[in-house]
Formats: sequence, C-alpha cells, structure tokens
Amino acid sequence: MILTEQKKYDEIVKMLEGAKSVFIVGCGSCATTAATGGKEQVKEFAERLEKDGKEIVGTTVIEATCDSRLCKKDFSAFKDRLEKVDAFLVMACGAGVQTISGLVGKAVFPALNSMFVAKIERVGKYYEMCTTCGDCQLDRTGGICLISRCPKNTLNGPCGGSVDGKCEVDQNNDCAWALIEARLRQINKIDSISEFEPVKDWTSAIRPRKTEK
Amino acid sequence: MSFEHALRTKKFVVTAEIFPPKGTDTSVALKKSEALKDIVDAVNVTDNQRAVMRMNPVVLCHQLVHKGIDAVYQMACRDRNTMGLSSDILAAAALGIKNILAVTGDYPLRNGRMLAKPVFEADSVQLLDLIGRLEKGADLNGAKLESSPKFCKGAVVNPCSEQMDLQILKLKKKTDAGASFIQTQVVFDADSYKQFRDKSSGIKNKYLLGIFPLKSFSVAQFMAEKVPGVKVPEKVLSRMEKATNPVKEGIDIAVETIRELRPYCDGVHFMTMNDEKLVREILSSI
Repeated sequence: MILTEQKKYDEIVKMLEGAKSVFIVGCGSCATTAATGGKEQVKEFAERLEKDGKEIVGTTVIEATCDSRLCKKDFSAFKDRLEKVDAFLVMACGAGVQTISGLVGKAVFPALNSMFVAKIERVGKYYEMCTTCGDCQLDRTGGICLISRCPKNTLNGPCGGSVDGKCEVDQNNDCAWALIEARLRQINKIDSISEFEPVKDWTSAIRPRKTEK
Repeated sequence: MSFEHALRTKKFVVTAEIFPPKGTDTSVALKKSEALKDIVDAVNVTDNQRAVMRMNPVVLCHQLVHKGIDAVYQMACRDRNTMGLSSDILAAAALGIKNILAVTGDYPLRNGRMLAKPVFEADSVQLLDLIGRLEKGADLNGAKLESSPKFCKGAVVNPCSEQMDLQILKLKKKTDAGASFIQTQVVFDADSYKQFRDKSSGIKNKYLLGIFPLKSFSVAQFMAEKVPGVKVPEKVLSRMEKATNPVKEGIDIAVETIRELRPYCDGVHFMTMNDEKLVREILSSI
C-alpha cells in the first residue's frame, strides 16, 4: 500500500486559513488501512475543525480516491452541497489529492503526507519495499530490492560498513546485501549476483509516468 | 618513479591521504603533501570524505602533479551522476592526474539530518567500468570521445568486514573492471586481514594495507563504534586505554600491524587525519 501519515494539525489549520466551509474526503483504500484517512479519522477531523470554527459542509470516504471514476460517482451524491464549499481537505495520498483537485475546481488541501510503498507487518509497522523505479530486477537479488532497501543503491555488492547484518546508515535497518546473501544461499542461487551489473537505465523513471492504451 | 611504476616494481608501496582544504587556500595541504614527497609513492586526495564538504580534490591533485608528487584522485559516487563523474574524469586527465581511486562514498547523514541529497547512480564497480569505457574512447552512452584518458585505477575493500564473501565477490568485480591497486579500509585486526587475504588469494591485485594510527583512547572508541565496518579488537582498545603516552602507543600498534602483515600485502596506505608527521615516524620504525 501507499503509506501515509497525518500532517500536524497546526499545518492543516494554516492551509485552511480563509476557508470558512470545508468538505473532508477520506480514502477507503490505503489511508483506511494505515488509519490515517479512514472513516474514524475523517470524523475526528470534522469534529476538531468544527470546534475551531469551520463549517463542515460534508464528509465522505471514497472507496479509492486515486480512481477518478469512483470520485465522480461519489461526488454526484453531494452535487447540491459542493457549491458551498470553500476548500476540500483530502485525507489520502498525493494521488488521491490530485485526482480530486482535478475534479472539483476548488481549493484542495492535503491532510496527509505520502510516505512510501509499504509492506505491512502489523498496524504501526510498515516497511518501504519499492520505489516504483519501473524496471524490476528482483529476480537477480532473491526478491530483495537494492533500489528501495540499500541507501547507496550498491548493485554490485555491499559497501563494507555493515555490522551484525545491519545497515551502516541506520542500524535499525537490515543490510539489504546481508538479506540477499542469506536468501540466495537458502535457495541455492548465490551465483546470480556474481555477474557485473551495469549502471541502471533510468528511462523507465522519467516523470511524469503514465500508460495510455 | 610514477605510482603506477612503483606498483609494478616495488615490493613495498606507500601512499598517504591528505584532505583538501575546507576553504579556498590549498597551501597547508600542499605543504603537508610536500613533506611526504620523499617517503610516499603517491598522495591520495580525499573526496568529501566522511561526507564532510571540502574543496574538489581535483585541484589539489593537479597542484601536486605540478610539484612532481604523484596523486591519487579519490572519486566518490555520492555527489555526482554518471555524467558529472565522466566529465570530471576527463578534467582530471586533462590536468595531468594519472591515478583514480573509485569509492562509493559515505552517506551524507549527520545526527539524523540529511546534509545533501545523495546521488549514488553508479556504485564503485560501475565507476571503474565507466572509467574503463572512457579509456576505450566512448562515454557511458556509447558516444565517441575526441580524445581518451588513461588512468591507473584503484579500488577499496574492507578486509575486516563481517560480510567477507560478499566483499571478495565485489573485489573480484572491481579487479575485473580494471582496478590495479587496492587500498584497504583501516586494519587493526591482523587475524581478520590474514583470513581475508587467504580467502581472496585467487584475486591478483596490489594490496595496500590501510593504517590509521590511533592518537587517544577516545579516537579508538570512535573508530570502534562510529566508523562503519571497522573492527577494533579488545586488546587494541585496552592498550589505548591504559597507555601513558597514547600517541606513542598508537604508533606502536601501527608499526606492529604493518610488521605482522607485511608478508600479506604489497604496501601500506596511511590515513592519519592530515598528520603527515606520523607517516614518517611509523615508516622509520618498521
């Protein structure tokens, strides 16, 4: 999922300065899983902002705010109320915020920071696993990504600073190469890292990326 | 005698590192380097080492060459993309620099804060490959050069890493990519080094043993705890703790390490935190 975290409330209040009436949008996908922009959090924010003097025109939790079809369908139920809205506060990732800002023609503000593409270990424990580089090479490294999990992106071998299997940059993280070595030995594929790996071609990461078929 | 020639012909090659200035005046660094001239085969000039911003090493390397001192231009992958690295490699060649050491570079993080956005597009093996391509007359994208550089290329290894097999795998890749000398990470643990050399005996290269003379117990503790991958054995720490003259003790440890490991290396590489006098003192005792 795309992990999000809530922005500081003060930052949100500052964004909403000058907006009297606010519509709050939550997301039923990742932000619900992360408990940052689901039903409960939308309700919490609505109550808090109302207490601080904002008129809450409405709230909704769209199944997936990154899907413009679902957003359009959801908003059609609020058509009459949307005109009164000064600002939308979106409790979703950047993709959700931008999908909505492209639809409503009003000021749209993010309530969350988008953090990373995460593996969920349990509630509160999330780990970055993918930078969406567009050229997956997990086959070579036993399913452990050097682009997202090695801060130095050392594609040809470890940097030499690992201690007790941990990363030299942050000793709370595992060294990706230590994990790779263990995994490849386990599956009897240690030879897959012995070849020289050339500089990665970043063509697939030219921004903004899209597919149109 | 050039550094490259020394690597080929001398039984014991000596290099020492000097930092470029944190400013615009190279005179102190030049003076320190000149003091080393008659005792080292080359002076390494570091590249924002430990992720501390300093002057681009290419300037000091050029000035050293001008003074008849062979320089090893250290090049880290942290601060430039492959285009930036390539154009700096050409610049170094045009300035008469003959030796390059390819390193990954320390991560620019201090007390949890990012000092600069790191690049790391190429790793150290890919940097060696890139230099090799420029030498053959084309850039990384295959475009022809009008003239090509020629370097004596080097690399580093951490012989005391707990990931010895992976270090050796990477060392082989570095050697295959054209590294003709290896300057090791600091060695305090002679047994680990011997084990590494034993395991890497199939990889023919010139190994310069990394020596860092400890000056105090707190420096020893810092090396043990804060410098990633450096192993400081308990007996070294305890010697430094008990020493009445810690500088002398550090020199003694360095001398003993070199004496013990001399049969297992082709020379030494001194990292003395810009204290060039230590190099002379240690060399005169071994």
